[in-house]
Amino acid sequence: MKVWPIFKKEMRLYFTSPVAWVIMAVFIFIAGYFFHSIFNYYARVSMQSAMNPMGGGLNVTDGVLRPLFSNFSVILLLMMPLLTMRLFAEERRSGTIELLLTYPVRDGAVLLGKFLAAFALYALMIALTLVFPAIIWYFAPLEGGPILTGYVGLLLMGATFIAVGVFASSLTENQIVAALVSFLILLMFWVVGWSADFADPALGRVLQHLSLTEHNESFAKGVFETKDIIFYMDFTLVALFLALRSLEARRWKG
Amino acid sequence: MIEVHNLTKHYGPITAIRDVSFTVAPGEIVGFLGPNGAGKSTTMRILSCFMPASGGTAKVAGYDVFAESLEVRRRIGYLPENVPLYTDLRVGPYLEFVAEIKGVPRSDRKRRVVEAMERCRILDVQNRLIGKLSKGYRQRVGLAQAIVSDPAVLILDEPTIGLDPKQITEIRDLIKSLAGDHTVILSTHILPEVSMVCSSVVIINQGVIVAQGPIDSLVEQFFPTARVEVEIAGPSPDAVREALGVIPGVVSVTDVPGSDGIGRYIVESSRGRDVRGEVFQLAAQRRWDLRELRRIGMTLEEVFLHVVAGEQSHTGESA
Repeated sequence: MKVWPIFKKEMRLYFTSPVAWVIMAVFIFIAGYFFHSIFNYYARVSMQSAMNPMGGGLNVTDGVLRPLFSNFSVILLLMMPLLTMRLFAEERRSGTIELLLTYPVRDGAVLLGKFLAAFALYALMIALTLVFPAIIWYFAPLEGGPILTGYVGLLLMGATFIAVGVFASSLTENQIVAALVSFLILLMFWVVGWSADFADPALGRVLQHLSLTEHNESFAKGVFETKDIIFYMDFTLVALFLALRSLEARRWKG
Repeated sequence: MIEVHNLTKHYGPITAIRDVSFTVAPGEIVGFLGPNGAGKSTTMRILSCFMPASGGTAKVAGYDVFAESLEVRRRIGYLPENVPLYTDLRVGPYLEFVAEIKGVPRSDRKRRVVEAMERCRILDVQNRLIGKLSKGYRQRVGLAQAIVSDPAVLILDEPTIGLDPKQITEIRDLIKSLAGDHTVILSTHILPEVSMVCSSVVIINQGVIVAQGPIDSLVEQFFPTARVEVEIAGPSPDAVREALGVIPGVVSVTDVPGSDGIGRYIVESSRGRDVRGEVFQLAAQRRWDLRELRRIGMTLEEVFLHVVAGEQSHTGESA
């Protein structure tokens, strides 16, 4: 499998063009703003509760990290399609796919190389946010466990976002269409849980289970739930499988 | 090395190529000729495994392009028509990527990349972004990526388009130097180029092969007679025609189309007979002014125009 050369090439393309830098800068800026607001709010609340004899029961994990992680997922929902839209759409538009697919490399390796490159960039982007727990830790004692699970959760969720984005990008030669399609898919799986309350209880549970955000809750609480891990991995694999089919379709269309 | 049998490709209702068959022997350089939209690129895309054919088979180096695509792709270097390259990569790293993905072993990679850049004369731009290069340089980077893995078969779709005359000569020399070790199939509109570079040609028109073979035998096939064009100022066209007609070996004498009254004639004789000396003697004897005397009908260009135009008028009639 020649995943490595594809991976390297994609990383070069991300970083020689401004894409990677801009996306990381924008993400860390927005995330930083959210962190700032949440942390300030928490500081005020804890000040008040300190003066209130009935107060207490506050902790930074619940008060700052959990809302921060759930805010991250909203930013990622908006930004991940921009990170992945290029992967196949641009190759198609510029025609480079004609060379890429006539090199002795399997479609699966091309797909995996691109997926992993986007994932590595994403992981780097997420790693930048480690500075927020570090700031909290400077002011208040912090538990390591929930941070670890929270980040693992983010990585797993990011992988599904990227897989969906890769699939969307494999469908079209227009980057904007690719971004919109992946945004649509992600958003639908985001809000699908909302209709659970109104649906038949059995169906409601299914809908609940399909929701992308629902499964991130437990990670933010510091819990590894097998079903959540499996859900994200399954989702990723299905999306990648569809992307592979969409790539292979071209080889068969007589 | 390349065997194509009854290859057919439909794009929806449009038939791009129909029952195309030809073979290319190892070490040969074959020119693929045809007007725009004749099906050259389609054939090359099928050969390079980029897209499947609708019917027929194609084998490269003994492997089927559809069933054993990966084996074929290990053995080819392909330059698509509009030279798609990653504009955001630098030339050197790009060629290293191509070498790596084409399976050039790590120990040879640097050397092969430098060699390919040397041969295509792009060493001086190796640190530039491909997107900032001129058309001619991009074309050469495209050629470099095709040859970097030293493949047995090269499929080049219009390799000299967009180059200046000096670069064209360089690229031609490069392609010529590939003959022997490599089998090359190249498409072009530039006919003199084919006679200079290729040992044989395949002429395709409207998706159908109209002529193929070594250049010399094609010329013979389409122009069985040797032809000489003369301009003689004689007393009357009839007299000149008659006098020319009695030269031994001359088969026919006709006016050059559209040259009434100027005195231009085409003298056809059996192949191998050169009547130019006798024409000169005749004019000298009769004290006619001989203004021009040259051989025609011997070039590929005329064969090409003949078969392509012939085909077009043929389909015009049937329509």
